[in-house]
Amino acid sequence: MGVPLAPDGALTARLALEGITHRFGPAEALRDVSLQVAPGSVHALLGENGAGKTTLLRIVAGLLEPSAGTLRLDGAARRFRSPRDARAAGIGMVHQHSTAIPALTVAENVALAAGWAVRPAELARRVAALAERVGLPLDPAARVETLPVALKQRLEIVKALAVETRVLLLDEPTAVLAPAEIADLLTLVRRLAASGTSVVLITHKLDEALAAADHVTVLRRGRVTLDGPARLQTAESLATAMLGGAGAPRDAAPQPAPPGATLVEASGLTVPRERDGAPGLRDASLVVRAGEIVAVAGVEGSGQRELLRAVAGLAPPTAGTLRVEGTVAFVPEDRTTEGLIPSLSLTENVVLGRDDQAPFGRRILDWRAAAGATAALLAQHDVRAPGPGAPAAALSGGNQQKLVLARALARAPRVVVAENPTRGLDLAATAAVHARLRAAAAAGCAVLLASTDLDEVLAVGTRVVVAARGRLLEAPPGADRDTIGALMLAAPA
Amino acid sequence: MPRLVRALALPALSLVVGLAALAAGLALAGYDAGAGLAALGRGAFGSTFAFTAGTLTRAIPLILIGLGFALALRAGALNVGAEGQFYAGAVAATAVGVALPALPGPAAAPAVLAAGALAGAAWIALPVVLRVRFGVLEAISTLLLNFVAEAFVSLMVTGPLQEAQRIYPQSDPIARGAWLPFLPGTRVHAGLVVALAMAVLLHVVFARTRWGFRLLVTGAGPRAAAVSGRIDTRRAVATALLGSGALAGLAGAAEVAGVSHALYPNLSPGYGFTGIAVALLAGGRPLAIVATGVLFGALDSGAAAMQREAGIPAVAVFVAEAVIILAVLIAGALARRDARAEAPEPA
Repeated sequence: MGVPLAPDGALTARLALEGITHRFGPAEALRDVSLQVAPGSVHALLGENGAGKTTLLRIVAGLLEPSAGTLRLDGAARRFRSPRDARAAGIGMVHQHSTAIPALTVAENVALAAGWAVRPAELARRVAALAERVGLPLDPAARVETLPVALKQRLEIVKALAVETRVLLLDEPTAVLAPAEIADLLTLVRRLAASGTSVVLITHKLDEALAAADHVTVLRRGRVTLDGPARLQTAESLATAMLGGAGAPRDAAPQPAPPGATLVEASGLTVPRERDGAPGLRDASLVVRAGEIVAVAGVEGSGQRELLRAVAGLAPPTAGTLRVEGTVAFVPEDRTTEGLIPSLSLTENVVLGRDDQAPFGRRILDWRAAAGATAALLAQHDVRAPGPGAPAAALSGGNQQKLVLARALARAPRVVVAENPTRGLDLAATAAVHARLRAAAAAGCAVLLASTDLDEVLAVGTRVVVAARGRLLEAPPGADRDTIGALMLAAPA
Repeated sequence: MPRLVRALALPALSLVVGLAALAAGLALAGYDAGAGLAALGRGAFGSTFAFTAGTLTRAIPLILIGLGFALALRAGALNVGAEGQFYAGAVAATAVGVALPALPGPAAAPAVLAAGALAGAAWIALPVVLRVRFGVLEAISTLLLNFVAEAFVSLMVTGPLQEAQRIYPQSDPIARGAWLPFLPGTRVHAGLVVALAMAVLLHVVFARTRWGFRLLVTGAGPRAAAVSGRIDTRRAVATALLGSGALAGLAGAAEVAGVSHALYPNLSPGYGFTGIAVALLAGGRPLAIVATGVLFGALDSGAAAMQREAGIPAVAVFVAEAVIILAVLIAGALARRDARAEAPEPA
């Protein structure tokens, strides 16, 4: 594969994105994103969930057409109208989860992906030769359902490389792997790059980006916040770019609250992950008092989800003690699958979780009272909605979140637990949510908040706790961004 | 009331399309389509006898089974085993009705119906346990139990419940006291009152009760229902399915007590499956199910007359039924697509 030169003699980027913008309705998922992937390089694309990584990836893979902007492959502008277009142009995609057919063999799956229609004996030989060539030994006759996860992923890569691939996109490939397997994968990625393939590695793990990439681009809230050679970056610089740039507009620093009664007390708490049952949070101790907002900082998957759900009574701990006083109001991270039911009316959503409380009745529900209470709640919390009978799907994300919070606070809770409550919201809605949380604390609630956005943690937390690799670490009073960033990396594995 | 108009417009339009398809099919096959449709209409609505002994009598099991399907569907569960639960109910009703000839009049029919409902619930209990404890799809387990139920009926009418002469594969008639009487001045049995009462009851359950609401949120947003911290979604699914089975069992018992008065194999001409169409056509709304149940009862009843009077095979009416169902499903899919296009996409 030759390296084409631009007319001026400079190296042409293998893949260049210029001013890519993508909107879902009124929401902007990507804004003016530009980046260049050099031939034969490993390019890490970093960002938290919701930062726009996946949207960008889907655009490159032909699954989405951008609202604006240009995509160039070896200098030529391209428009992909389908994944097939992208595939034909040499874009290979390895999804996070296996897309192989479990009941078929390795060879059959490769043939399916590559469009090889040949006799079985010939096919086995060809697949074995391919696996050998890319350095990923696989038994062509093995049925996919019998393969362990790491080999299934290897198969996905072999499938992608079965036809000529100029750019290989790997979507969070290490999420499913054990540490030794991760090291193997990163070695492979380096080797593929050395042989001329450009590899785009999507991840939110800083150490992987630093270890394997030549170049790093960081996305935050749909924009590029950092772009440069990997060797010039540190974990701190990447974390800052991912979690929130310094100097962002910020509310006045919250005052430490006068100590109130202890409403949440966890000691030696271990909570399993929902996904695989492995301990997501280990030996965690935490106290939350009335009047304070304890903000948990940390990258995704550091144990904060397990902590919050245990406090909310949704995830039973396997070890340790947990005491929670009074009613807990829980604001889940995903407002359209866990917070609200989009197809149902606002009234029905407001009654959800309170269907055994006045004024809605007990065994028999009073919908007239419920509609009245909903209308009052919408007005009180400034939720812009056509009316209590409108479906929740008709609301914007910010108004949906305000409704979730309004409902949670209407339960007169003593403890408020909120997971990334402003993810994907605009500034005005974010400020409104923060104001509500502060008001709840001022009214005597104990507020426990987790956020992957360091700005948010610093803006609303009266006390900051860092979650890192399943452990909780208390940040010293008045800790700044750098101290917290260091704690995130310092936790013992 | 534009909502009511919209709710009625779709089934009405589907009916017109379905009948038009039937007429076109008959004409293409060389039959006199006009005479066929006229016979269909007479067989369904032509006389008090035709309307009550034909249309309404057939509507009773269809309404009860449709209500049962709608109840499960509300919680997001698919009970496609109504045929089996119908037979389980029929067997239990027969067993009780035959075994207790001395039962005093007023208590006999309720006892027979209650036995049928209990048996229907019992027949779905295994799929419920499999679903709730192991996540086995109830759409498959309930379907498979239909075949078991049919074999079970054959076993009963050649074994424990066979008539006293031991010649025919059928049971003895149940006690006269347990027969459901005709409603005054008609030829439709009192099971119609039971079916209508169940429709009203289910309407109130859906519209007003906490249980009905919990079924709704479990079906529409199971994650949100679980995270709300108040709703045991497995319990909601289990109770909805048990209720669904009980309604189908009740239908089987009403058929024995009101129509056949004995157990036969092939007691059901596919009520368990047509009942699904009845529920879907009504959009799962209990009161609308009464209307669609009567509609499908009319089509079944009219089909028999069409065969008798115009020499057109009764199965031709399946064309109309199938087109009606397809029209409703397509319209529903289009409506959902429009709704999605209007809703903001997740980022």
